[in-house]
Amino acid sequence: MDYFDRFAIPHPSPAIYASMVAIGLTMIAIVIGLTYFKKWGYLWDEWLTTVDHKRIGIMYLISALLMLFRGGVDALMMRAQTAVPDNTLLDAQHYNEVFTTHGVVMIIFMAMPFIYALMNFVVPLQIGARDVAFPRLNALSFWLFFMGAMLFNISFVIGGSPDAGWTSYFPLAGNDFSQSVGTNYYMLSIQIAGIGTLISGINFIVTIFKMRAPNMKLMKMPMFTWTALITNAIVVFAFPVLTIALLLGTMDRLFGTHIFSMTNGGMDMLWANLFWVWGHPEVYILILPAFGIYSEVISTFSRRNLYGYTSMVASIVIISFFSFLVWMHHFFTMGQGPLSNSIFSITTMAIAIPTGIKIFNWLLTMRKGKIRFTVPMLYSVGFIPIFTIGGVTGVMLGMASADYQYHNTMFLVAHFHYTIIPGVVFAMLAGLTYWWPKMFGFMLNERIGKWAFWFVAIGFNVTFFPMFFTGLDGQARRMYTYSEATGFGPLNMLSFVGAIGLAIGFALIVYNVYYSVRHSSRDIGSDPWDARTLEWATQTPVQSYNFARTPQVDSIEALWDLKRKGKPIFKGDIEKIHMPNNSGMPFIMSCIFFVWGFSLVFSMWIPAIITTIAIFACMAYRSFEKDDGHYISVEDIKATEKDWEVLADENR
Amino acid sequence: MIKKWSFLSLVFALLSVLAGCEPLMVLDPKGPQAETTANVIWISIATMAIVVFAVFGLMAYVVFKYRASKQSEDYEPPHIEGNPIVETIIVAIPVIIIIFLSIVTVKSTYEVEATPKGYEDQKPLVVYASSSDWKWHFSYPEEDIETVNYLYIPTDRALEFRLYSYGPITSFWIPQLGGQKYAMSDMITTLHLAAEVPGEYMGRNANFSGKGFAENIFHVEAMPPEEFDKWVEDVKANAEPLTEEKFEELLEPGHLGQLTFSGTHLGFLPPPEGHHHGSNEHDSEHDSEHAHKDEDTNHSGH
Repeated sequence: MDYFDRFAIPHPSPAIYASMVAIGLTMIAIVIGLTYFKKWGYLWDEWLTTVDHKRIGIMYLISALLMLFRGGVDALMMRAQTAVPDNTLLDAQHYNEVFTTHGVVMIIFMAMPFIYALMNFVVPLQIGARDVAFPRLNALSFWLFFMGAMLFNISFVIGGSPDAGWTSYFPLAGNDFSQSVGTNYYMLSIQIAGIGTLISGINFIVTIFKMRAPNMKLMKMPMFTWTALITNAIVVFAFPVLTIALLLGTMDRLFGTHIFSMTNGGMDMLWANLFWVWGHPEVYILILPAFGIYSEVISTFSRRNLYGYTSMVASIVIISFFSFLVWMHHFFTMGQGPLSNSIFSITTMAIAIPTGIKIFNWLLTMRKGKIRFTVPMLYSVGFIPIFTIGGVTGVMLGMASADYQYHNTMFLVAHFHYTIIPGVVFAMLAGLTYWWPKMFGFMLNERIGKWAFWFVAIGFNVTFFPMFFTGLDGQARRMYTYSEATGFGPLNMLSFVGAIGLAIGFALIVYNVYYSVRHSSRDIGSDPWDARTLEWATQTPVQSYNFARTPQVDSIEALWDLKRKGKPIFKGDIEKIHMPNNSGMPFIMSCIFFVWGFSLVFSMWIPAIITTIAIFACMAYRSFEKDDGHYISVEDIKATEKDWEVLADENR
Repeated sequence: MIKKWSFLSLVFALLSVLAGCEPLMVLDPKGPQAETTANVIWISIATMAIVVFAVFGLMAYVVFKYRASKQSEDYEPPHIEGNPIVETIIVAIPVIIIIFLSIVTVKSTYEVEATPKGYEDQKPLVVYASSSDWKWHFSYPEEDIETVNYLYIPTDRALEFRLYSYGPITSFWIPQLGGQKYAMSDMITTLHLAAEVPGEYMGRNANFSGKGFAENIFHVEAMPPEEFDKWVEDVKANAEPLTEEKFEELLEPGHLGQLTFSGTHLGFLPPPEGHHHGSNEHDSEHDSEHAHKDEDTNHSGH
């Protein structure tokens, strides 16, 4: 009985019960469907146990898209609630849970897997590698992220959602002020996903350093690979801080330590510091891969090489360095005095310089080009003005004295959506549309894609531009309601209208996938965009071993040189290829992690101890396991490469 | 193209709609500190407008001129690695802009963190503002009175707010008088303000602090000093005294209306002075004396 009380939702509402039923029905439908079509074996052999970076990328992609819609529904609920003054659609508690979940889902469970989806799929191909350095570890990364996301998502139907904001500032997030298990979910699910991300970070750094094609010097790497490298370097430096912060926070909540509490010498500001020491680099973890995608897309569709490659590389390195020196601008108002505020103001504004260089380089790349307005290009071109507004408002926020007025207001909300949405969401949609044919073997419909783009771009501006004004008019963020006398009503209504536009845009993207699956041509060749980098020098769909012969590379745009100047990239004879075996271990271990997390959320110590032992047992098993992988024979490769050989031979 | 124009017309539409409304609170300052920040905001908007128009203009030009549909079939774009002169320009101009804004920032940050200009030689009115779920308590130590959820202040006098919290981190903000600052449980932060125009202002907690956050507002009224003194006398004579039991009751989570007391809670429940984690260089001698006195009576407080 005690358990039932604990698992009950503290603040139930019809929406939550409906979601419960929906989750239950979906689960039943999946199980019945898999059984009826006899797909259990296929699911296990081809997906759950796979170590192929391309499949892992696709699984990341599907999860990210699902989470985009989960977080998007939360966003719609918030805009609907604030659309009119004194609205009672959601109560304060529900609204707090919704905006907390929206933030966490969008940053940790949507943007992060989205960038790892594209990195997983593209980076090994771009550098001419057969897989990532540690394929099985890569699978573990994905499953840990996935289980973290699932743990977070059940919070709203079992035991209660986190409600202290995505920043979870203590002491508000402590047991005294957040009594439901929601914040436990927050701590543990982000922890589990974060461990996965940290592992990925190491994996990709090693991959990019050690597995590049012969002759591909660092300064010959395509831009997306460069941004992936720097992003993962930031991950490796920043995520351990999050791990520790979450660990300390978990201890405060589960074991009654007083690290961030108000009494017994706890320091609430310590959480803010640790959180943002991770949190600010995190925003560059999100934006840098986006910069890489735009560089590829703009260059491809302008039919021009990337302008100022060296300065592009230099600027991402500088940005990554500065990203660790600005965290304090998130709490200029915490009373650290004018000197440190001034220093952090200057470092913050300084980031605008390398970012500006990149913007101008993209414009100069388009100059003298031959610009084709495909869907990926529309997102990239649309990104520039929107992101510029996000960037200049960022500089404005970086000015400490003025920040005292913007801090915690809708102005801030407008600013970071003006950077993150064009910076991450547009980039991901651009990248998704751009690499889609390589992933799935058909193109997305351009006409529907363009409609979706216009809905997204215009809807976005209508949603977020008014917030600059409501912020300057004194509307604090995270207010679930406001009185009519404040005069915030009309602009908030406008935001809601914009949000509906955005929702239509995303719905069109889903429709586009459905439509294209049914109607698109499968006969698109291997290089439908006339692109420039190595990932397009593979078969479509890409074979499990990626490249039959290891490519030889001596420029940033190897494929373009092959096509224009006839520089061969595939030389030598086909040899047998060594590949890793599939393994169920990452999936099983992550499932154990899920149970571990769930047990800890509810302080169920016996299962927590058992699963902790089981996790270590899995690691021990792995370290004694003998698994040397397998070879693909020359005959098999020749058979799969028969048609493909043509292009390679022609260019020898 | 269409995008750009639709976007720009949206901006102008919004601006013209807003021009007809009340001025935005932050840009309608009623005191020197708010005026400083409003000026900084206007300077930054003007500077940033240059950047925005440069980028928008350049982009419109490039996108319009080099679109494939207007070019000949056989046009093949050139291979250009870069150009030192162009690259120097795109680095130098942002550097100059950032240097300019940095100077503005540092100067104004020191300004708003100090006693308001023109009031340096007079003793500021000290008000302890503490938050509890979801209320504000204002203690006037010299006047020996305390209010809940409303704040009366004299005009043309420096105000020194000492902020702390009995619950989650909150942020004390009166947009028309100056920027906000956090109130935390284990240290005091100091905020310097001054009002120059009598009138009623909105004050609120700007930092999310749980369920009652949206209604965590307070009413500010700035009045001529004589009127303020009269109000103080009035309160002293008529308001009920604030006892420890009453204050403990007030700290319970929940919303309250406006309350007035004679006496303050500073005596029996002293603020967390004396053990600062941050730099707090504005503490005057008066402070440390006060803190010292607090510590003596403070053994049960922690």
